[in-house]
Amino acid sequence: MSQRDEGLVSSDQTLVTTIGLEVHVELKTNTKMFCGCPVGFGGEPNSRVCPVCLGHPGTLPTMNEKAVEYTTKIAMALGCDIAPRSLFHRKNYFYPDMPKNYQISQYDLPVGERGSLEVEVDGEFFTVGITRAHLEEDTGKSIHVGGGGRIHDADYSLEDFNRAGTPLVEIVSEPDITSPAIARAYATELRAILEYLGVSDVRMEEGSMRVDANISVAPPGERGRKVEIKNMNSLRSVYRALEYEERRQREVLRAGGTITQSTRHWDEKAAKTQELRTKEEAFDYRYFPEPDLVPLEPAVEWLRQLREDQPELPIERAKRYERELGLTPYDAGVLRSTKALGDLFEQALAAAKKADAKQVSNWVTNDLMGLLAAVPEGTKNPPLTGSNLAELVDMVVEGALSKSQGQQVLQKMIETGRSPRQIAEESGIKQVSDEEALEAAIDAALAANPDVAERLRSGDNKPFGFLMGEVMKATKGQGNPKVVSGLIRKKLS
Amino acid sequence: MTELWERTAADLASLIASKEVSAAEVAESCIARTNEVEGEVLSYLTLTPEAARAKAAEVDAAVASGEPLGPLAGVPMALKDIICTAGIRSTAASKILDTYVPPYSATVAQRLYDAGGVLLGKANLDEFAMGSSTENSAYQVTHNPWDLSKVPGGSSGGSAAAVAAGQAPFSIGTDTGGSIRQPAALCGVVGLKPTYGLVPRYGLIAFASSLDQAGPLTRDVRDAALVLQVIAGLDPKDSTSLPSPVPDYLAALEKGIEALKVGVVKEISGEGVDPAVQTRFREAVQILEKLGAQVGEVSLPTFGYGIDIYYLIAPAEASSNLARFDGVRYGLRVDGADVEQMNRATRAAGFGAEVKRRIMLGTYSLSSGYYDAYYLKAQKARTLIARDFARAYEEFDLLVSPSAPTTAFGIGEITDPLTMYLSDICTVPSSLAGAAAISVPAGLSSDDGLPVGIQFMARPLDETTMLSAAYAFEQELGPLPKPPLWSQS
Repeated sequence: MSQRDEGLVSSDQTLVTTIGLEVHVELKTNTKMFCGCPVGFGGEPNSRVCPVCLGHPGTLPTMNEKAVEYTTKIAMALGCDIAPRSLFHRKNYFYPDMPKNYQISQYDLPVGERGSLEVEVDGEFFTVGITRAHLEEDTGKSIHVGGGGRIHDADYSLEDFNRAGTPLVEIVSEPDITSPAIARAYATELRAILEYLGVSDVRMEEGSMRVDANISVAPPGERGRKVEIKNMNSLRSVYRALEYEERRQREVLRAGGTITQSTRHWDEKAAKTQELRTKEEAFDYRYFPEPDLVPLEPAVEWLRQLREDQPELPIERAKRYERELGLTPYDAGVLRSTKALGDLFEQALAAAKKADAKQVSNWVTNDLMGLLAAVPEGTKNPPLTGSNLAELVDMVVEGALSKSQGQQVLQKMIETGRSPRQIAEESGIKQVSDEEALEAAIDAALAANPDVAERLRSGDNKPFGFLMGEVMKATKGQGNPKVVSGLIRKKLS
Repeated sequence: MTELWERTAADLASLIASKEVSAAEVAESCIARTNEVEGEVLSYLTLTPEAARAKAAEVDAAVASGEPLGPLAGVPMALKDIICTAGIRSTAASKILDTYVPPYSATVAQRLYDAGGVLLGKANLDEFAMGSSTENSAYQVTHNPWDLSKVPGGSSGGSAAAVAAGQAPFSIGTDTGGSIRQPAALCGVVGLKPTYGLVPRYGLIAFASSLDQAGPLTRDVRDAALVLQVIAGLDPKDSTSLPSPVPDYLAALEKGIEALKVGVVKEISGEGVDPAVQTRFREAVQILEKLGAQVGEVSLPTFGYGIDIYYLIAPAEASSNLARFDGVRYGLRVDGADVEQMNRATRAAGFGAEVKRRIMLGTYSLSSGYYDAYYLKAQKARTLIARDFARAYEEFDLLVSPSAPTTAFGIGEITDPLTMYLSDICTVPSSLAGAAAISVPAGLSSDDGLPVGIQFMARPLDETTMLSAAYAFEQELGPLPKPPLWSQS
């Protein structure tokens, strides 16, 4: 199933895929949504709890203002209408990791509604509508031990309420997405926006960003039966799961079968979705307005200030790089993929004395990206400063370092956080451009390899590389290759 | 000689502050009195004599060292057992919380402790405050100190009986649809339900969040003002608590009633109210007139829908509030094959019949397909009631009615829940309107010799006008005779 049958899917014009995404994002506020407990990941179970987030009798929620601010920022960045009055509701259902057996959430009056997000797939732009962005509280975590490992067949269940009450924003898209690739682009873009806003860690592997999808396949103009996909723990699995499910539904329909409205679980290892439950019995959450909270009515001035303070969004940044710096869409796309990377690029560009935008950009997109891939959270928190990066690129542009020396130094910069000049000096990495010294090395190499000299003189260019290598070896790799090759050519002409 | 346990909270506070008596003596007097009559009255679910003695000693040390004293320094009190008290079992009179010891104290409890209050114990109530007779307690039936064969009313029956029986000079109850005022009336004490939002709800085990309010039960109006002063005011832990400044309630007492416009609620002065209660009520109104109030009749057309609206809204909120009692984190747990079975078994064993009935009612009125017809419609009707009240307050400063349609009824006498619900017809409408109300003794019924209460209802946050009228009335009426149990010592 890992090989996509491109021809089959794309030629099948009789079926249309419809996807909507529901993204849950944990906000990185200092404290939980309705109490003073710190927000965090992991830790000793039940170490970040208090009577309020444990749902003790008599306790009451009090609103975390920062969570409201972050939600409003998200809704604004997604172009939503911000509700002049929004309301919290109770969503009632029993689950052991939900302390009150109701979740404080929003229902008919969310913080933001009617937004949109522009995404790009292979140079083509798509607009995905945002239905709503609302604020709610997260649940705790259940660990079902023994038996079948699920709530109804486990020997016993353990509950960790550290996460209970963490502010959570739910962002619901319109069913505007027509392919798994657009879905992935949407989730990627959304993650970038949230990272730019600084409102969430957006770590899918830790669950601080969780993506669920609804997908249906049907002939044009008809409504398919929605299948909900859960447990997609990376952007890659969003794509793979939807691609699998799209294909599965097409095959079922083509074979004359029908799709069952259901919830399916993406199994990353088996690379397939598996039915979790069918939605024959609809849940009745008995929503009603939360009587323990008052409506949110944001002040006009507060909203104006938030709008004013909104940072440049990733797509705007990319467009600016293309327009003002003449970068290619690909380079601009890489540079804006995280806020920190774009910021690093801009700081380096501002500090560079010799290097231009294209040169700095190339160092980031070609060399740095490869190195950062090995660093955890590398692109979100690159371990080097813009001025050090600028110094490095300048040194290469000036010829003080060769390109490969520059790469060596960059590697050390990431390991140590020190400046390129310091690293070069201490490790004796420098480029020798002094013609006299280099000529001596060339002469010695020619003398040691008379046949090579002969062949080169007779017009056979093949051993040129070998000779270069010998000279570089003799100069401990520090010879300026441009100067060396120029000198060899001059000598043999 | 007057015993210390017979004195009011204000008297005791001043006796202690002036070193005429010690807090320890006061505590011992109340503890002894409690022990003496508790076997007959059964006001308390938990007694805390050791904590009371320790607190009294603290107060005496403060008096000795000349430290500034709180307004209730050394004054004993009972708290309804639906109010969380750190380290002291708080059951809401339910088996499901039989072993529950809260890790924190309710704001109301904390404010009283900080003011120097000495906790004697936790008072009995109808389970989760659901009831009007205290017969729904999972533990015991409290007896009315005026006639031990009668109920004390409810749900704050233990709080009212403790004050009436001389066990505590004051207590705190909670009122959702009348649970302070109705037992106050039936036990011949003063019971004040503050404006919704005036007294913080943090730490009150929730029944119906949009209605619950804690308030004092006392032997006179002055004590009600004194205690309200301590417990009222903004609490950052309660989003629905009101930010308005707290007026000086004690100072307001002397304002009198002259020239106040008082409206007699037409809908609740005749039919549905016992003739003997009506008689006392009419006499009470005459006293108000005599005091210079301008009395007129006022009609609140929606008043009669109060009970219907209340029994859609309150159980709906309760069905959600009580969902947390699931055996997972605290309280009772009855094992089951899996988590869901454990939840079911725990709730089946832990909740009493009336609580289950209201959870069912509330779940139903919130259910998809019924929400609009029941819960939402009830909320709209609630707005209409509030509007009726607002209209009445355009013309009148205060509204009055009997506090309850009958005097105390016999234990076991009312078995039909709907009949029981009607005990609150006088008090429910002002709860729905969120307004302040107080029940003050208006004499004894000529029928059965049991107390009758008059209810004063004020504009939201106008407790001062209400207290001044209630005080003037009380002064004019003079003290009630004491319950028979009183002289038994």
